[in-house]
Amino acid sequence: MDSYLLDICGASARLATPLIFAAMGGLICERSGVINIALEGMMLVGAFAAAVVTYDLSSPWLGLVAGGATGLLLAAFYGWIVLPLRANQIVAGTGINMLAYGLPPFCAKVLYDVTGSTPAIDLVHRFAYAPIVIALVLPVVLAAGLRFTRGGLWLQFAGEHPAALAAAGINVARVRWAAVLASGFFAGLGGASLSIFLSSSYSRNMTSGRGFIALAALILGKWKPVPTLVACLFFGLADAMQMRLQGIELQYLGKVPVQFIQILPYVVTIVVLAGFVGQARAPKALGK
Amino acid sequence: MRNVAQSLRPVVAALVGLLLGVGLTAFAGENPWQVLVVIIQGAVGTSYDLGMTLFYATPLIFTGLAVALPFRAGLFNIGAEGQLLMGAVAVAALGVSLPNIPAPYSAVLAVLVAFAGGALWGAMAGWLRAYRGSHEVITTIMLNFVAAGLTSWVVLALIPSTDSQNPESAKIGAGYMWHAFSLFGGAPVTAALLLAGLVALGIWLALKYTVRGFELKATGLNTDAARFAGIDTRLTQLWVMAIGGGLAGLVGVAEVCGNSGRFRLGFSPDYGFIGIPVALMARAHPLGLVASALMFGILQKGTSELDLETDHVTKDLAGIIQAMVVLAVAADGALAWLMRLRRQTAAKGGRAHG
Repeated sequence: MDSYLLDICGASARLATPLIFAAMGGLICERSGVINIALEGMMLVGAFAAAVVTYDLSSPWLGLVAGGATGLLLAAFYGWIVLPLRANQIVAGTGINMLAYGLPPFCAKVLYDVTGSTPAIDLVHRFAYAPIVIALVLPVVLAAGLRFTRGGLWLQFAGEHPAALAAAGINVARVRWAAVLASGFFAGLGGASLSIFLSSSYSRNMTSGRGFIALAALILGKWKPVPTLVACLFFGLADAMQMRLQGIELQYLGKVPVQFIQILPYVVTIVVLAGFVGQARAPKALGK
Repeated sequence: MRNVAQSLRPVVAALVGLLLGVGLTAFAGENPWQVLVVIIQGAVGTSYDLGMTLFYATPLIFTGLAVALPFRAGLFNIGAEGQLLMGAVAVAALGVSLPNIPAPYSAVLAVLVAFAGGALWGAMAGWLRAYRGSHEVITTIMLNFVAAGLTSWVVLALIPSTDSQNPESAKIGAGYMWHAFSLFGGAPVTAALLLAGLVALGIWLALKYTVRGFELKATGLNTDAARFAGIDTRLTQLWVMAIGGGLAGLVGVAEVCGNSGRFRLGFSPDYGFIGIPVALMARAHPLGLVASALMFGILQKGTSELDLETDHVTKDLAGIIQAMVVLAVAADGALAWLMRLRRQTAAKGGRAHG
């Protein structure tokens, strides 16, 4: 029993890792007042770049950096469209996601002449546990940074009261640019941890909605780093349970349909958003 | 005249996006011009191709309207994907459980049930927004995933396929099937296309001439002012989302009754999300939207030829081109706005100096 519990905990943390990275990226972005529903797309391109670099250079660390950098690059594109061009953030985010669904398969065809997935990476060249450690430390660092550093304060003001920040002589647009870029970097790391840690290659749409789950965790965690981390771990647990519950019959309940566990994170988020379990409060200037 | 120029702007942006997307194929060692020719030929080359383009455009009219109508009321419905799944599963469940209903009644029933399925999903987001203050963008995203899970369970567990191993529902009763027009060489173009056009026309008229249409637009233009004028803006938000969802649900009729005769998991190539640029390009105008749905239909059908007709480009390019179009159209409104702003500040500066 003990080993079973330990097994579940380990699996939850592993499966939560991509979510934590992406959710922290989303947190930085949204605290600055910019909505980011493009996390999914940034994760996807990060996952692809990480798989390509790790496969070609046989170094997961280089792969991880490449994943982050590629996420950042896509975020720069997103930032350009929504900050100076002032496009609607929801529409632009949707567009970025569509772009990110199409780009990796397109590049895979150019690079390896295959459709869809990249070649498999040797086990020795993949991460064994490093991403989990980084993912668990990141929220704590971020919480401290938000509370105790000047940059953290700027970030919060950019999202809550940009006029006050501007009055203090700080360039709001620059703070938001930094936040958008950072969100892309972290989302890219999340994608990388998917392709070179949880699995051994990039496969088509491998994020399968994790960018949106990260968004859900962010709302559930009320845009605060540590509660968001807890929400990610909860969703990781739901994911781990889903794999283990497939085909298992429960007493009184019968078979639990896998789909019911898959939709759990989304249902929980809707219930929280409806204000039945504590109110979620977004940054005041979000999307403005 | 300026009005025409204004409404043409998103079209120009869309063309720019299209050219950017096609230009990308140069990186894959293709001739972009040839790729463009393949796309156009694939979309309208033969009567069958044209039929397929119209077939793809039909759901996009419905989802475009599903986005446009709430948009006019100041709401952003990105839940059309979930709503259309709920509509389709409702039709499939109806057709499987009551297979013997004869033709004219079955069609009416199917339309009503599909509308109700989508409307339920839209109303949920509308209610959450109007009465619980939850932002519709997030709730509709979440509801999309819930709908995907729920419909997959209903299809695989409650009305599973009896004649194939594919992840799909059983076949609906024969009386439900809509006949394809003979004009299009066997492409599944049915009365669903006419239904989509009529619905678009009806919504245009309703927005223009009815009290409800006025209330809807007033709510979108200024919610506070509308409320002070005595309009129940919350109720308006609720029913607008419900109708939007219902319109997306009608995709279920086009797909289940007009094409496959069943609910196939993953039948929608993101019709719900493509509805967003379809609506945006038309500036949420119901009739203009029919035209932009056609353009996206051309894109969808034309790019599906790329797998066969080119060496290095796959139909993933469809997604890339669509994304470029979406981004260009999104940024276009911004550019127009920026130019307006610049003119205003210039005018102000002029007065100050004068």
